[in-house]
Amino acid sequence: MENAIEKHTIAVLVDNEPGVLARVIGLFSGRGYNIESLTVAEVNNADHLSRITLVTSGTRMIIEQIKAQLGRLVPVHRVHDLTDEGPSVERELALVKVAGTGDKRIEALRLADIFKAKVVDATLTSFIFELTGTTSQVDDFVGLMTQLGLVEASRTGVVAMSKGPAAF
Amino acid sequence: MSEQKLTGAQIVIKALKDQGVDIIFGYPGGAVLPIYDALFQQNDLRHVLVRHEQAAVHAAEGYARSTGKVGCVLVTSGPGATNAVTGLLDALCDSIPLVCLSGQVPTHLIGNDAFQEADTTGITRPCTKHNYLVKDVDNLARTLHEAFYVARSGRPGPVLVDIPKDVQFADGTYVPPAEVKHKTYRPQVKAELARIEEAVELIANAKRPVFYTGGGVINAGPFASKLLTQFVKTTGFPITSTLMGLGAFPASDTQWLGMLGMHGTYEANLAMYECDVMINIGARFDDRVTGKLSAFSPGSKKIHVDIDPSSINKNVAVDIPIVGDCGAVLEDMLRIWKARAKSPDKAALKEWWGKIEGWRARNCLNYNRTESVIKPQYALERLREALRGKDHYITTEVGQHQMWAAQFLPFDQPNRWMTSGGLGTMGYGLPAAIGAQLAHPDAIVVDVSGEASFLMNMQEIGTAVQYRAPVKIFILNNQYMGMVRQWQELLHGSRYSQSYSEALPDFVKLAESWGCVGLRATTVAEVDQVIEKMLAVTDRPCIIDIAVDPRENCFPMIPGGKAHNEILFGPDDSPSDATPEDGMVLV
Ligand SMILES: Cc1cc2nc3c(=O)[nH]c(=O)nc-3n(C[C@H](O)[C@H](O)[C@H](O)COP(=O)(O)OP(=O)(O)OC[C@H]3O[C@@H](n4cnc5c(N)ncnc54)[C@H](O)[C@@H]3O)c2cc1C
Ligand SMILES: Cc1ncc(C[n+]2csc(CCOP(=O)(O)OP(=O)(O)O)c2C)c(N)n1
Ligand SMILES: [Mg+2]
Repeated sequence: MENAIEKHTIAVLVDNEPGVLARVIGLFSGRGYNIESLTVAEVNNADHLSRITLVTSGTRMIIEQIKAQLGRLVPVHRVHDLTDEGPSVERELALVKVAGTGDKRIEALRLADIFKAKVVDATLTSFIFELTGTTSQVDDFVGLMTQLGLVEASRTGVVAMSKGPAAF
Repeated sequence: MSEQKLTGAQIVIKALKDQGVDIIFGYPGGAVLPIYDALFQQNDLRHVLVRHEQAAVHAAEGYARSTGKVGCVLVTSGPGATNAVTGLLDALCDSIPLVCLSGQVPTHLIGNDAFQEADTTGITRPCTKHNYLVKDVDNLARTLHEAFYVARSGRPGPVLVDIPKDVQFADGTYVPPAEVKHKTYRPQVKAELARIEEAVELIANAKRPVFYTGGGVINAGPFASKLLTQFVKTTGFPITSTLMGLGAFPASDTQWLGMLGMHGTYEANLAMYECDVMINIGARFDDRVTGKLSAFSPGSKKIHVDIDPSSINKNVAVDIPIVGDCGAVLEDMLRIWKARAKSPDKAALKEWWGKIEGWRARNCLNYNRTESVIKPQYALERLREALRGKDHYITTEVGQHQMWAAQFLPFDQPNRWMTSGGLGTMGYGLPAAIGAQLAHPDAIVVDVSGEASFLMNMQEIGTAVQYRAPVKIFILNNQYMGMVRQWQELLHGSRYSQSYSEALPDFVKLAESWGCVGLRATTVAEVDQVIEKMLAVTDRPCIIDIAVDPRENCFPMIPGGKAHNEILFGPDDSPSDATPEDGMVLV
């Protein structure tokens, strides 16, 4: 088996019931798997289904284990490896607060424009930018803002979906 | 559906009855009093009062493993539930179907650090296959039926249902099992036919094949054992099994190589090492079986049948994974084998058996037969002879005696052998024996025990006496935690740090204090006598204290982290060159 470390985005459809997130997270902590990012929210109100998007890394054997382990949790409906199953779209949303005046403030605003970030709060000495993009775009933006007075960043983690008409 | 209202406690009783429960093992307390009150007012369900909640779970495991049914447990909140945790994990590790009901503080007090409150679903989440907290009495019946379904389906395991006290008191509607279908959980029973066909081709062309079978065959029910036996007889291939799979194929058959793994036979381990096709049916490539992974059966193509996809390619990469139930898969395999008129390569097989017979001739289970001291192996050989032809069940504790029991007691049928394999829980054997005995009142049930393990749950003699379970506690008393001592000899310069059994009770007097029969053998000649007396006792438990050689070690042994062809046969094999650094970290 391959021993190279791979990064995978996995989507999991679960019953939105108490403890379901603890089961998923407990699986990762208990078995020593990595979680690089995890997002969860209800996506189907009528059937109380939540969608969890996980980004994890490990050898091929570990990735397969992770999927098998997720699949055998009783409240899990479906597990999809978006990385394996053809092209997908991945996005993160970030709120980035930057404080400063003068040139730095102007530069921050200019960069925000290039990144298509929106200003969602402004004071005379600060901005909060809202940015949607891939993880690396968000990384880049936050990296640049560090030099321009970054106060804090809040990120959702990755949400993802396979391309094309097929449903998950 | 009747609209008749029942209390939560009555719903519990009705659901258990509808699920076919006849015995429930438990211990009362404040948070389950309504259920105990409902139990009091009926006669169909028999409650067995244990002396410690851990034992309730082990007893239910013994009951479940010896009957193939789901075992059932009832404990109170807080300490009742935490005491049950070891048993739940034991059942999870060994894939034993159980439903454990725990009381919980009333819903309005949950989270308030109330008296005897514990986050039971939180604590047991990693120790159960699944668990539930029922907050609404109208969900209770459905949840209980789901719990039984989850416990017994797919890879079996323990399921816990936490029931707050107010829910036990509240009035709710009962729904029968037939009306409950689980939303998501549908384990795959039938496997992909293409895979099975591929496997059949590989099996038919094998030159040096071996069947490696495990607890999954037992889990799949007696029918699967029958099919396995049929398939193995049809092919003429050698077969070995894990500790958990003993009895699925008759040990009296010449194709049987004995158990494999750390304390398995030379012939079984070498057959695994040198085979060209390995047929794993319901075993999970445990590290006590594989030893050093990089040297595990290096030249073989591997077929793996398992109902749990997470067991496949977990430790060992296999060539033909087959996800499905052992019984269903074996049925398909046999059918395709016959339909395609397959036959094994007779010439190659003859040569392979020649090799195996050579290994067998090494007689690896031989021990120093002496008149001067009772060897534990001898005591078990005599027990074996005494039990021959009698309807019997064996449980064990954990340690050397457990391994000797696996090596020296033959099992020709499934569900006759109950041992704690995955968790290795000392104290399992006595309560498990009680569970098995209550399920099979007329059979002989023997707990092969060590003096140290016995002390872990010996309070359960009281349970055995109360319910007239005539279990036989066969203590191979070596005055050591022998298994620990053996490892200390192998890895820690024979420094016996805390592995000596000090201040032991007089087991005969202990038995008598409970009104049981106590017997002792200190000489070789006495062994047969005490076994005969023990078997004559049918109305109460019996404790047999056998003073065995305190120095005897369990062989063969593959030290942790070594390969199957690096076996220690006896005390004269040098332990120092047998233990590489990487082996020392393994357990
Ligand atoms: C002191 C000590 C020493 C030990 N030494 C040894 C040793 O020398 N040799 C040894 O073998 N063991 C030994 N063990 C036991 C060992 O730790 C494991 O418990 C054991 O090897 C596991 O057995 P198994 O592979 O059959 O798996 P089990 O734990 O029985 O698991 C069963 C497997 O079958 C699958 N399954 C369940 N139901 C079905 C079904 N219906 N259809 C298909 N698949 C199913 C499950 O998913 C699982 O993968 C020892 C234990 C102790 C405490
Ligand atoms: C609950 C628990 N604690 C500790 C251990 C570690 N352990 C494994 S075997 C053993 C010694 C068992 O001694 P005994 O019951 O006398 O059996 P023997 O090995 O002497 O036959 C110990 C302490 C265990 N398996 N279970
Ligand atoms: Mg001992």
